[in-house]
Amino acid sequence: MDNTTISTRLTEQFGARIQRFDSHRGGDLVAYISAADLIDVATFLRDDDEMSFSFLENLCGVDYLGRTPRFEVVYHLLSMKNRVRVCLKVGLDATNPTVPSLTGMWQTANYQEREAYDMFGIIFTDHPGLDRILMPEDWVGFPQRKDTPLGYEEVAFTFNQAQIDAHKPFAKE
Amino acid sequence: MTIIDHSLSVPSPRSITEPALAGKTETMVLNMGPHHPSTHGVLRLVVELDGETVVNVAPDMGYLHTGIEKSMESKTYQQALVMTDRTDYLAPLSNNLSYVLAVESLLQCEIPERAQTARVLLVELQRISSHLVWLGTHALDLAAMSVFLYGFREREQILDIFEMVSGARMMTSYFRVGGLAYDLPEGFFPAVKALTDVMPSRIDEYESLLTNNIIWKQRTMGIGAIDSAAALQYGMTGPGLRATGVAWDLRKAMPYSGYENYTFSIPTATNGDIYDRYLVRMAEMRESVKIVEQAYTRLKAMGPGPWQTSDRKIAPPPKIEITESMESLIHHFKLWTEGFKPPRGDAMVAIESPRGELATYIVSDGSPKPYRVHMRAPSFINLQALPHMAKGQLMADLVALIASLDPVLGEVDR
Repeated sequence: MDNTTISTRLTEQFGARIQRFDSHRGGDLVAYISAADLIDVATFLRDDDEMSFSFLENLCGVDYLGRTPRFEVVYHLLSMKNRVRVCLKVGLDATNPTVPSLTGMWQTANYQEREAYDMFGIIFTDHPGLDRILMPEDWVGFPQRKDTPLGYEEVAFTFNQAQIDAHKPFAKE
Repeated sequence: MTIIDHSLSVPSPRSITEPALAGKTETMVLNMGPHHPSTHGVLRLVVELDGETVVNVAPDMGYLHTGIEKSMESKTYQQALVMTDRTDYLAPLSNNLSYVLAVESLLQCEIPERAQTARVLLVELQRISSHLVWLGTHALDLAAMSVFLYGFREREQILDIFEMVSGARMMTSYFRVGGLAYDLPEGFFPAVKALTDVMPSRIDEYESLLTNNIIWKQRTMGIGAIDSAAALQYGMTGPGLRATGVAWDLRKAMPYSGYENYTFSIPTATNGDIYDRYLVRMAEMRESVKIVEQAYTRLKAMGPGPWQTSDRKIAPPPKIEITESMESLIHHFKLWTEGFKPPRGDAMVAIESPRGELATYIVSDGSPKPYRVHMRAPSFINLQALPHMAKGQLMADLVALIASLDPVLGEVDR
């Protein structure tokens, strides 16, 4: 099954609800959809006999700071039957990055959505336990957002030179 | 008699520790790890127990989170490669491969036959060495100590080959965008030959210790079973999925690096329990030896040749050219000071790592640094199936179960 078949079937089924098509540099089809249509499109791709994208391969967030929409959640669905991959991209607002959770359809979305929440602050509604997963639970902020600095530590003994000197009996030897 | 809920779900630690969310009050909550020898790293498990029976278990991770994906965004494509070694530290070459294939997909660059064959040979050696660590530690967890020592004998031999080609035993960074870091050294072929000659008999040796061992069978057969439908729901890939009977292997299903030209089979099993995962991995090692042998023959027949792309915008020119050509000097300078600039766009490449499907998703904004790198880490995703498999098992079996999933915490936490 080639990309044209997938895009034709998607257009037939959803019409203008598919905002536009694109492709990865490697050739996989990319479909841009809105958060409201995510469950419908994913259900169609999973349950349609011809499509049978039965495996949620990957889910991750991307922060395009300075663009509208700022956030993007990238889903990769895999059809083991047709040996083809399709990518869904959902653009999300900077002020309210909310998207329905896919945990009801694929359990594998659980950890991956928790990671996207942890790193980008994307809220997945109806997720059974949207807690931080990699960062400590009391962490403030979302580390993989582009406006979070890398946070280098100052080189030891340069920022507190005075303090060190004060403790030395024979300072500035 | 404990009533155990087998419906599909992935519990979070909070659902066990918070009294408002936890189901039972007469059960005991036990903390296991993060510093526990049988959790294979710094994995913490919150276990809800009824006597010795596991009622619920929730993995808690992040103790090894080093922000690798974030750090890669501030490095050039060549520099970021080095960080991939540190995710799955038992299979650095597989991580290298997934990353360089993704960048090569962004650049749409072709790499020479010799480099491709060498890559296949080395990742298969990596699969064997990774499986040997799994085998040794798995047996060690079930108190069979000698397998560990036997396994590490051959692993050492493989690491010597890695040291020979890359200069490092573990953090190899040997695959580079556009080919290899250096040409295969002298002495590489005899070393590979020496390994492939002994390996089949050595695998027999490991199997003679375990496969029909009554204690091993009692500890592993019928324990932690999962069916293929549930495994797919949890996103399991790799030997864990194949042990349930699904013959899904990216090397066959969606070949990369010329895997379509090699003859090998995909070992599967039917029960999806710990013993079957053991059988599948043992058979996989034998298949890997076959692939190594084929790649070896090809490389031998090919003779010396280019081992990186001739596109000077991606791979540096040879040293000798720099002394003779101004153009080469400029290319060299540009590559080391600025790096190369893939066109805008994104790419996703998945490979079959020893643990399952390792995919790299890269977004390029046209600059010499990746805008976003995401790794679909198989250990991280396979771990979601652990609670499902552990429910109703004994606490001691949980240890065997973790080992059979073969998680590498460097990859789980990234």
